[in-house]
Amino acid sequence: MVKELKAEVKKLNFYYGGVQALKEINLPIERRKVSALIGPSGCGKTTFLRCFNRMHDLYPHNRYEGEITLYPDNINIISPEIDPIEIRMQISMVFQKPNPFPKSIYENVAYGLRVRGTSKRAVLDEKVEKSLRGAALWDEVKDRLHHLAFDLSGGQQQRLCIARALATDPRILLFDEPTSALDPTATSKIEELIIQLKDEVTIIIVTHNMQQAARVSDYTAFMYLGEIVEYDKTDRIFTAPSNKLTEEYITGRFG
Amino acid sequence: MATIFEKELTDLKGMVLKLGAMVEKAISDSIKSLVERDSKLAADVIDKDPQVNALDVEIDEECIRLIALRQPRAGDLRLITTAMKITTDLERIGDLAVDVSERALELNEEPQLKPYIDIPRMTEIAQGMVRDALDAFVKRDASLARDVLVRDDLVDNLNWQVFNELLFFMIQDPKTVSRAVKITYVSKYIERIADHATNIAEMVVYLVEGKIIRHMAVPDDRKKD
Repeated sequence: MVKELKAEVKKLNFYYGGVQALKEINLPIERRKVSALIGPSGCGKTTFLRCFNRMHDLYPHNRYEGEITLYPDNINIISPEIDPIEIRMQISMVFQKPNPFPKSIYENVAYGLRVRGTSKRAVLDEKVEKSLRGAALWDEVKDRLHHLAFDLSGGQQQRLCIARALATDPRILLFDEPTSALDPTATSKIEELIIQLKDEVTIIIVTHNMQQAARVSDYTAFMYLGEIVEYDKTDRIFTAPSNKLTEEYITGRFG
Repeated sequence: MATIFEKELTDLKGMVLKLGAMVEKAISDSIKSLVERDSKLAADVIDKDPQVNALDVEIDEECIRLIALRQPRAGDLRLITTAMKITTDLERIGDLAVDVSERALELNEEPQLKPYIDIPRMTEIAQGMVRDALDAFVKRDASLARDVLVRDDLVDNLNWQVFNELLFFMIQDPKTVSRAVKITYVSKYIERIADHATNIAEMVVYLVEGKIIRHMAVPDDRKKD
């Protein structure tokens, strides 16, 4: 089967002011697969993830070089001509700690659509239900859609954030340590969900938990000091990595 | 400083080596009991087999424990899975040494058919293969493991030679059939020991290189019957 790419990172450099945080990164992102970024703290994996939806634009003096090409449109995500707000609709992020807005469950999910100018009740209703179903939360909240999102448990709040991200029909979903604040049961629900979601959307996940990367991802990239050391199929990385540094990190000899 | 897990892996290798040493001795004692017509030694090999079986189980349990509790990855994972598979082969080699000893007990009850020449040679090669395969395991030496693979053909050829020679005896004098058949069995057991050594060597290549080379290209004269 020919690999179909959703995005491709080409010679990406990223600078926080004068400090270079990412160096010459090249990476294919396969369509409808889960790609995991692993590496020790400070290796640049979160910095890299944030490039995909232009989060770094929120602070001055941050600078991108190179390309992240989104397919099939062939647009360069990090080009200054591209509107970061629209990019964030298409490439959504789910964060470490659940961060619902101080609004109702319904309004949390509808938020992105309203920003886009959708106000028809029927359209919103349909999208909210579809997104909540997609995030495996619908059955738990369908009778209290207008309750405050903070009434939900941590795991439910995280699934609400996933529903919120899904509402704008993103092409790529970014997960930054999505389960580090959750208990094992909530964690396995999110992991199951990630695996289900790849039928519809391309996923990139940053995780400190190597077993999580092993469980959910199809491809794994090992990062160290702002560079990609090794990228391969996840089963290969976890059974027989090619690079000695990857081997040492994977087996817990450092990091 | 070695972590607890690293020490556990070193201990695991030690257990596999101990099992290797036990079966190597079983091989040489079983053949010695045949060549020197020492039935007491043959009985001794048979008596010691339960120790081999017990260590086989112990290694299996340790591997399962390490997989469950340490969630090994990459080289560590390959080491543990390799240890598990190697152990199965070593245990089977132990069983074959028992089979040799049982035939020795039977053959020692009758007059010797002929001096044993090729069988000790085969045994020496097969035993060297087991030893080197285990040495390659401990040192993670893929080239030594590949060298073991090549030697399997020598043992196969000797087995064939022994068979033809005994066939000649049997055709000449039907009274030799019972003894000759038993000796061909012994020859076959040794040939199987070399096959198990080959399996071990193939696992060592996997351990070192992460490549499974089993069943890749089996030359005609290595096809199993």
